[in-house]
Amino acid sequence: MPEKITVMDPRGYPPKVEGKRLAARPETLEGKVLYLIDCLFDNSDAFMEQLRDWFAHHMPRVETRFIKPRQSWVDDPEMRARIVEDGDVAIIGVGL
Amino acid sequence: MGFAVALEKAGVPTIPVSTHAFARLARATTLAEGMPTIRNAFVPQPVVGLSPGELRAYIEGNDPIAKRPFMDVVLEGLTSPLTEEDYKGATFERTTPRFLAPDTEDNLRQLFIEQGWTDFLPIILPTEQRVEAMLRGTARAGDTFVNRMAPTVFREKWDFDVEKVAINAVMAGCRPEYLPVVLALCSSGFSARSSSTTSWATISLVNGPIRGEIGMNSGIGAMGPYSHANTTIGRAYSLLSMNAQGGSEPGDTYMGSVGNNWNLTACFAENEEASPWTPFHVDKGHRADESTVGIFFGGWYTHAGFGPRETWQDKFRRMLVAADHFSPPFIVMDPLVAREFDKLGYDKAGLIKWCAENARMKARYYWDDQWITTLVKPHAEAGIEPFASRMKADPEELISIFAPEDIEIVVAGGETQGAFKMISGRLVGGGALRAGKTGGSPLFSVDDWR
Repeated sequence: MPEKITVMDPRGYPPKVEGKRLAARPETLEGKVLYLIDCLFDNSDAFMEQLRDWFAHHMPRVETRFIKPRQSWVDDPEMRARIVEDGDVAIIGVGL
Repeated sequence: MGFAVALEKAGVPTIPVSTHAFARLARATTLAEGMPTIRNAFVPQPVVGLSPGELRAYIEGNDPIAKRPFMDVVLEGLTSPLTEEDYKGATFERTTPRFLAPDTEDNLRQLFIEQGWTDFLPIILPTEQRVEAMLRGTARAGDTFVNRMAPTVFREKWDFDVEKVAINAVMAGCRPEYLPVVLALCSSGFSARSSSTTSWATISLVNGPIRGEIGMNSGIGAMGPYSHANTTIGRAYSLLSMNAQGGSEPGDTYMGSVGNNWNLTACFAENEEASPWTPFHVDKGHRADESTVGIFFGGWYTHAGFGPRETWQDKFRRMLVAADHFSPPFIVMDPLVAREFDKLGYDKAGLIKWCAENARMKARYYWDDQWITTLVKPHAEAGIEPFASRMKADPEELISIFAPEDIEIVVAGGETQGAFKMISGRLVGGGALRAGKTGGSPLFSVDDWR
């Protein structure tokens, strides 16, 4: 029987994960302000423009507003505050 | 994804839209953010290069992950009531044990491969005895905090201490006397296993007396596998990065589309003794008797040449314009090349200045680039220089693509050929890649970790 040995774990120490709750949903988007956030990946502005056009044709009572952060991948507190202040829902794309 | 989580937390229902290639990464990210039920929607990959009509077809087609109409997924995600799972969120603690369960060597080797803790080359198993021997290479205690690391800026950071660095150094085959160099590299908190889709790597440079003390090679084959120290130090930094940051697994913690062989190991030393110029670390404000490491983040392209020959200026101009403009080059010169430039009247600063002045391309070429569009254009639109001026330029106008501080020169090689390489790599810790530094030298001290 081969000898058993003990070795050390090479992984780092992960942080504790604190659960966060999703926002309460509206029953309908009619009359609501929808922010379309262009996350700045190549061609995502064209995608979001098509999304705005889709809402204009299919759900014209949804008010869409187009917005961009200052940088891709980096939080933009100013933009976030504006969406929280006068937006009801948001779609961000395309990418991560 | 973090942005969507922040909006949800602030009370704004949000749908993040990603391409289907990122579905697994999206799940992992939202779980680590404590919001595993976030309502994602997906479109097929790619989005880049598609016409408005093709993008509209995505919107009117199916979500490739949910396999239902994309807009149904979006509208339901924004309006359907929260479920019990949504209300719960996900709070949990994860731990990594100090020791793994005892097993045979063969089974443990298999475990390390299956868990994604290796680069698939053979490793030295990190027994406590071997790790203790490795720790004798530094005066620092094993539980000394070194830094934290993540595969990308939007992923969670994991902590690591001196013992974790020693464990990975054992696995890589390092000798204890190399440990201060490995610790210096890891202390940057800058991952050698970036998850960026661009397939970046880090290339490390060692300066000062430590090079000779541990037998690093800065002569013939300096950038190749011709030194135990060079090879295992670079490998240890890479292994530590993947393990300390929580993995480097394709589809989850690694998304580099093409991949990069510099990720295996990439560490070399400057041939200070044969260089006609001051050593790299002295240029950055260190004394010659200090030992440092520098990290170049790139490895995206390599150009090479001989010289300087009669037409070197044309050659350099072609190379600089062919260098992808989002990743400036560092130039590695054999001492023969450096001495010839010196004879022509160029010191390092003078040659770097010449390179920056002559790295010029038409504005329309500069802006027709995915990286520039995603990361640089927002700066230009915000009026930040030099990007704003580059954006104002006529599409046919020649614009400068690099500033002098973007370009570096290092002397290495064994004088068997007057060769040089121009390698993609921005110096970490300086300018745009500060890596936690707020000023001073962009290099990381080896002596602090002895």
